[in-house]
Amino acid sequence: MTSTSRTAEGGRIDRATTLEFTFDGQPFTGHPGDTLASALLASGRHQIATSIKLGRPRGVAAAWAEDPGSLVQIEEPFPEPMLLATTVELYDGLAAHGLPGQGRLAEVPDSARYDAVHHHVDLLVVGAGPAGLAAALTAARAGARVAVVDEQSEAGGSLLSGTERLDGAPALQWVAAAVAELAEHPEVLHLQRTTAFGSYEDGFVLALERRTDHLGATAPKHLARQRVWRFRARSIVVATGAHERPVVFTDNDRPGIMLAGAARTFLHRYGVLPGREAVVFTTNDSAYDAALDLHRVGVCVQAVVDARPEGSARREECERAGIRVLPGAVVTGTQGVDRVTHALVAPFVDGEVGAGSAIACDLLLVSGGWNPAVHLFSQARGRLRYDEGLGAFLPGEELDGLSVTGSATGVSDLGGCLAHGQRVARAALAALAITPAGDDRLPAAPEAVVPTAPLVLWRVPDSSGAEGSTQFVDLQRDATVADIARAVGAGLRSIEHIKRYTTIGTAHDQGKTSGVLTSGITAELLGIPVQDTGTTTFRPPYTPVAFAALAGRDRGRLFDPERVTALHEWHVAAGAVFEDVGQWKRPRYYPQPGEDMEAAVLRECAAARTGVGILDGSTLGKIDVQGPDAAVLLDRLYTNLISSLKVGSVRYGVMCGVDGMVIDDGTVLRLAEDRFLVLTTTGGAAKILDWMEEWVQTEWPDLRVHCTSVTEQWVTFPVVGPRSRDVIGAVFPDVDVSNEAFPFMTWRDTTLEGVPVRLARISFSGELAFEVYVNPWYAVAVWERLLEAGRPYGITPYGTETMHVLRAEKGYPIIGQDTDGTVTPQDLGMGWAVSKKKPDFVGKRSFARPANQDPLRKQLVGLLPTDRQTVLPEGSQIVEFFPDGQLPPPPVPMLGHVTSSYRSAELARPFALALVKGGRERIGDTVHVPVNGTLVPVEVTGSVLVDPEGARRDG
Amino acid sequence: MQLIECPWCGPREEVEFSYGGQAHVPYPDDPGGLSDEEWAHYVFFRDNTKGRFAERWNHSIGCRRWFNAIRDTATYRFERVYRLDDPKPVTP
Ligand SMILES: [Zn+2]
Repeated sequence: MTSTSRTAEGGRIDRATTLEFTFDGQPFTGHPGDTLASALLASGRHQIATSIKLGRPRGVAAAWAEDPGSLVQIEEPFPEPMLLATTVELYDGLAAHGLPGQGRLAEVPDSARYDAVHHHVDLLVVGAGPAGLAAALTAARAGARVAVVDEQSEAGGSLLSGTERLDGAPALQWVAAAVAELAEHPEVLHLQRTTAFGSYEDGFVLALERRTDHLGATAPKHLARQRVWRFRARSIVVATGAHERPVVFTDNDRPGIMLAGAARTFLHRYGVLPGREAVVFTTNDSAYDAALDLHRVGVCVQAVVDARPEGSARREECERAGIRVLPGAVVTGTQGVDRVTHALVAPFVDGEVGAGSAIACDLLLVSGGWNPAVHLFSQARGRLRYDEGLGAFLPGEELDGLSVTGSATGVSDLGGCLAHGQRVARAALAALAITPAGDDRLPAAPEAVVPTAPLVLWRVPDSSGAEGSTQFVDLQRDATVADIARAVGAGLRSIEHIKRYTTIGTAHDQGKTSGVLTSGITAELLGIPVQDTGTTTFRPPYTPVAFAALAGRDRGRLFDPERVTALHEWHVAAGAVFEDVGQWKRPRYYPQPGEDMEAAVLRECAAARTGVGILDGSTLGKIDVQGPDAAVLLDRLYTNLISSLKVGSVRYGVMCGVDGMVIDDGTVLRLAEDRFLVLTTTGGAAKILDWMEEWVQTEWPDLRVHCTSVTEQWVTFPVVGPRSRDVIGAVFPDVDVSNEAFPFMTWRDTTLEGVPVRLARISFSGELAFEVYVNPWYAVAVWERLLEAGRPYGITPYGTETMHVLRAEKGYPIIGQDTDGTVTPQDLGMGWAVSKKKPDFVGKRSFARPANQDPLRKQLVGLLPTDRQTVLPEGSQIVEFFPDGQLPPPPVPMLGHVTSSYRSAELARPFALALVKGGRERIGDTVHVPVNGTLVPVEVTGSVLVDPEGARRDG
Repeated sequence: MQLIECPWCGPREEVEFSYGGQAHVPYPDDPGGLSDEEWAHYVFFRDNTKGRFAERWNHSIGCRRWFNAIRDTATYRFERVYRLDDPKPVTP
């Protein structure tokens, strides 16, 4: 399709190069420098999509991120929904189509890369328009560390959209010189295509850099497509400009209706004639520039409709050019289907609309004034102030470390913006004790013309009889003046409530054009000052950010650290099925060909109970506790006495919180008078080290003790089962492994070909067992020695599932599975592990609380399903029948729940552990567990189901 | 993302820190000598101040030291940080 609406010359596009693209399946062309919107407008295409609820045709209504009309889906080169045609830079091969409010995510994984960079600066300048560039130059010349970010493809801001001059030359020459000067400063980072989308505490700003989006299919694969910059700035200068505000009138949503400033952007930046016959409707002087600029390139400007009774001092300028100016008039409505054909214009006197007439046009430009882009200031909790004269919210206070400049503060002339930018930067530098450079010249701007005062007009009264139902406030939500009136009629007063009731400001554009209009119209309907309605809260992100960009490299395997033991490769080679235990990858079981988990676990359990098994227990938490007061600390933190432990011995211990509830358990090895090795659960390792350090630092700083994690300094291999002694004896011939020389709950050091090894008689299965500790460098060698020595006995590696079955058969609880933070040692049947001798330890006083003495507390018991078949689902509730055999009426009282449940090779039946109210009193009773809609009878037993006498631990 | 001033390391990002609740709530000298109610106050009861609040913080992903801070719970602003052996500052 040919460019019927392209100017003969000018614009920031490369006319020598033609790009081909498709939109809604039709072929189009454009040039480098175009956006998708400008290329479509250049081809005469105004309608982009239809609206979300009403299906009304919608077109390009603005030139950048504030546009509520041009929502598109990109299909090629990679599907991406919900983009604005006004912000999509054109590239060859682009395929897109208009969206009625909702897009479609790609169904294939995104192969692009995303990353993040941290960057620290003295001054971060957001926006490379005149004020931002002036601020950045001032800071750069002072030698400060500066970052300048700007969301457009090139610097210049509003200067890209106009014909302003500086130092007697086109202003963009100064922009180019400023950019070149910034590049000379080694401490300046200048990023275009980078949107600062959130400002947070203490100078933290997030920005999204679109690095390859504009390259389409030619984007180099090795470059991150988008990058999140995490700036930490000592001071921030917000120079984000202003968004033009429309005026609401009837049928104000047709394609061909756009903001006056946007038309200037399309003309000057993209060389696009957005129409042939234009009507300009304004409340302020800025739209006169659009009228005159369009006239100069041959657009027939039918009329400037100025709502101000006296019009503007610029009326004469227009009339000299032959443009008719209608002061004291408004646009009351429009005609047209997929493009505006007529503007209905009527006199406007004292707020009353008179009789009107239709003026033919294919372009209707609107300006209701300018809203400073205060988003980043407001996100940083800056308070806004309503300016009656401008009809806009401005920064209403000074913030530490964040200042606003340029048109974002309401300054409207070029010279004023430059001077303001420099002044703000100098003040920021002064606060950082950085001296400005002596030579800090700004270009000379033409003297500012004082504009005729604007009129604040939110909407034109609806004379169509439709009562505001086609007066669109938020085009993206199809929300109208009638919707606001309905909200106010329903009694809503808060602007936050009205936003949620009408959905205004909740769409893709987050209310960039509709937010302040809503405040104004609401105030008008309520008859209160606009200052009192205020605005809704500005929240990040300023423009939408893809989750992929926020995730960056932290996806897939890099989402969370994976911890593996020194034997991981061996486990993989052995065909282990892994499970996640916190961040650890642990072998769950080692299936042999044809085995499922149940078969593998029954085989592994049988090996450990009748022969010998071996486990990689390296993930167990290990804390080295050293110092003259080490025993004192452990006595205060464990429920039982640790100080009486002899060097060379091991003791099981329980730790509680001050509330008396169990937080962890494990064994303690006394290595020396002043040194202990504390073993914690895998999941509790970090928490227990924190716990120890907290008490030492905050309550007992007088204790001479140090704690450090040694979890990763030792691998641990429990060798378990009646034949474990044979295996250990064979591998460590220097060690006397007899019960007499090496009794249960003791440890011994030895060496294996010069490598130090520690052996401990600790059992988490009830069987004779030796734990082997060695430096991880020797893990594979030692493990393979143990396997080799165990071969005659059928040594069987087993995983966490078998470990759980073996420990549950012995009634050993897993803290965090069989407990939930409301369980005391006594509830677990471990009153024996609670010292009566110690005057105090953490948790002791709570055991005497009445609630902890209640005989109906939930206690750990065993359950045996009487059908000898059902494996009770963990988490199942437990109920009981009345003596007469009936269930109690609903709600049926819950006695407790199943905490662990397995099939037992040893018992040849399933079993479970459970927390049951008054459980120990119920041993021998039958209670019921609902499973899949039937009540399974279970016998309550003691928690130790295998070897309750403890006869096996010595082999 | 706030910066929190560790008395030992200087300002660091808030994700490096963990919160430790109200400061200056010492472990009782003689828990056994307390009534159930007095003990319950130590275990379960803490102030819920709006405004300046003395709190415990731990630079847990840093130097791992505990310290105290006066923080405004309404603005999140840390007004000062101090070592555990410093007395509680007098705040206006
Ligand atoms: Zn620190």
